[in-house]
Amino acid sequence: MIVWLTRHLQTLIGSLGRLSQHKLATFLTVLVIGIALALPASLHLLVTNAQKATGGWNRAVDLSVFLKRPSSAEDARRVADRIRQRRDVAAVDLTLADDALKAFRQESGFGAAIDALNENPLPHTLVVRPAAEYTNAPSLESLATDLRALPSVDVVQLDTEWVNRLDAILVAIRRGLILTAAILALGVMVIVGNTIRLDIQNRRAEIEVTKLVGGSDAFVRRPFLYNGVWYGLAGGLVALLITLAAVAALRAPVARIAGLYGSDFRLDPLGLQPSLWLLLGGVALGWLGSYIAATRHLRSIEPT
Amino acid sequence: MIRFDRVSKRYPNGREALSDLSLHVAPGEMVFLTGHSGAGKSSLLKLIALIERPSRGQLVVNGQNVGAVPRRKVPAFRRQIGMVFQDHKLLHDRTIFDNVALPLIIAGVGTKEIGKRVRAALDQVGLLGREHSVPLELSTGEQQRVGIARAVVSKPPILIADEPTGNLDPDLSLEVMNIFRRFNEVGVTVLVASHDLHLLEHFPVRRVRLEGGRLREGTAVHTREGRTHFDRAAHGAQAADRVFGEPSTLAPNLLDPRRLLAQDEGAEP
Repeated sequence: MIVWLTRHLQTLIGSLGRLSQHKLATFLTVLVIGIALALPASLHLLVTNAQKATGGWNRAVDLSVFLKRPSSAEDARRVADRIRQRRDVAAVDLTLADDALKAFRQESGFGAAIDALNENPLPHTLVVRPAAEYTNAPSLESLATDLRALPSVDVVQLDTEWVNRLDAILVAIRRGLILTAAILALGVMVIVGNTIRLDIQNRRAEIEVTKLVGGSDAFVRRPFLYNGVWYGLAGGLVALLITLAAVAALRAPVARIAGLYGSDFRLDPLGLQPSLWLLLGGVALGWLGSYIAATRHLRSIEPT
Repeated sequence: MIRFDRVSKRYPNGREALSDLSLHVAPGEMVFLTGHSGAGKSSLLKLIALIERPSRGQLVVNGQNVGAVPRRKVPAFRRQIGMVFQDHKLLHDRTIFDNVALPLIIAGVGTKEIGKRVRAALDQVGLLGREHSVPLELSTGEQQRVGIARAVVSKPPILIADEPTGNLDPDLSLEVMNIFRRFNEVGVTVLVASHDLHLLEHFPVRRVRLEGGRLREGTAVHTREGRTHFDRAAHGAQAADRVFGEPSTLAPNLLDPRRLLAQDEGAEP
């Protein structure tokens, strides 16, 4: 077991040493892989930051619930508590009719006209925020139906069309992300596979000799697999650096735009978990690409 | 140890390299395989090493029917055969040590043990101290000796060599053949293909002659007079002593192969 581990470790280091002997070629390969991986990573950055910038999509699918008039503040609170207990509801904000009138008087400038009314024309209002996992159109629709069925509820407002559009946009962006990631992952595998294929051709004599002295297919393949792993890991690191550089370059201008809109939004770099996924993805693709190429091409090299 | 039973080898291009060949090499025997180039010597060795497979007939090597060895078992099969090539087939980007260590690394031998056995094998061929050179820093004869060290380092029961002296001058050829002979003396079955009849006359060894893929069994043992005569003619009187003298007079740092092969795990040579 220790021998086996040592051997793997030696091959791992050995393949790194071999790669460092051809610095330019290795660098170019790694760069291409890095750029290919940086694209889906950047897209991911775009989506997460856009989500953050719009204050989260959840906000946009709040339901406005207007209670029947006249009803007491007590009633309104009871209804709010009841709705709050639902599984698909994250929060309920209650605005009492009197508070709403006060705010309206202050903001609208119709103070005198309002004073002329002998009673408050405004209903109690509840703003119901659905739980994040229930923000899709069908769940919202069924939530609205339930709320409408409550006896003290007058009107429930839900802009389903808007939610539908948002849903569609989200689905499209996510699918685009997956598609881009899949195509570029394939690209990375082809790049690594082709590099390994050339490497195998260059080391044909060595492979023949190794097979002559009894090296198994797995033994001959091992250094190439480690090469692929190194390519993938280095490519992932380059992709990470590219996204970091992009975020650093865009940070100041974006903050300026946000400032002009009165927001304190800041562009975030890739988080720890996505970064690890990026590296892991690079390693996995590198390994897979080299595995396919090595298995295919090593078979055909037999000593003669 | 090696038994050909009516073996034929026909290549895809239609050329028949071996025809209906039957040959038995006993365990511990040393055999010279002679014949012109194209007579089938290389093909015969390739069949033993499973580089090629027989078209017809049966070949049994070390108790295994070669025809029945599946592809994935070929590496394990080859590990019991030490092979020496005319062009050495060394890896030029690696040190002598790494070249000789390759079969042990493949076999999964421990690092400490590898160091011990590689040095013992290099000691055998008189190259101890050159571990850190690369093949191109060595002369052709030295490279060939590295090839032999690599072939014997894993102590295979069978040693085959295809024109091992093809690129060497007569003195170096004698030296290389002596190394083979000494391995044979400690029980290794040795099969050497060579077209150099003059060289082979120095050794009292069974000869098998191939002609157009067929067997012409030759004479087994030569007299010492014959050899001496040849030596005097070719290299002067001293050559005979060099051939048959003690290993230490041949090259002071050559050791007895017994010490390599009898060496047990852990015993320092």
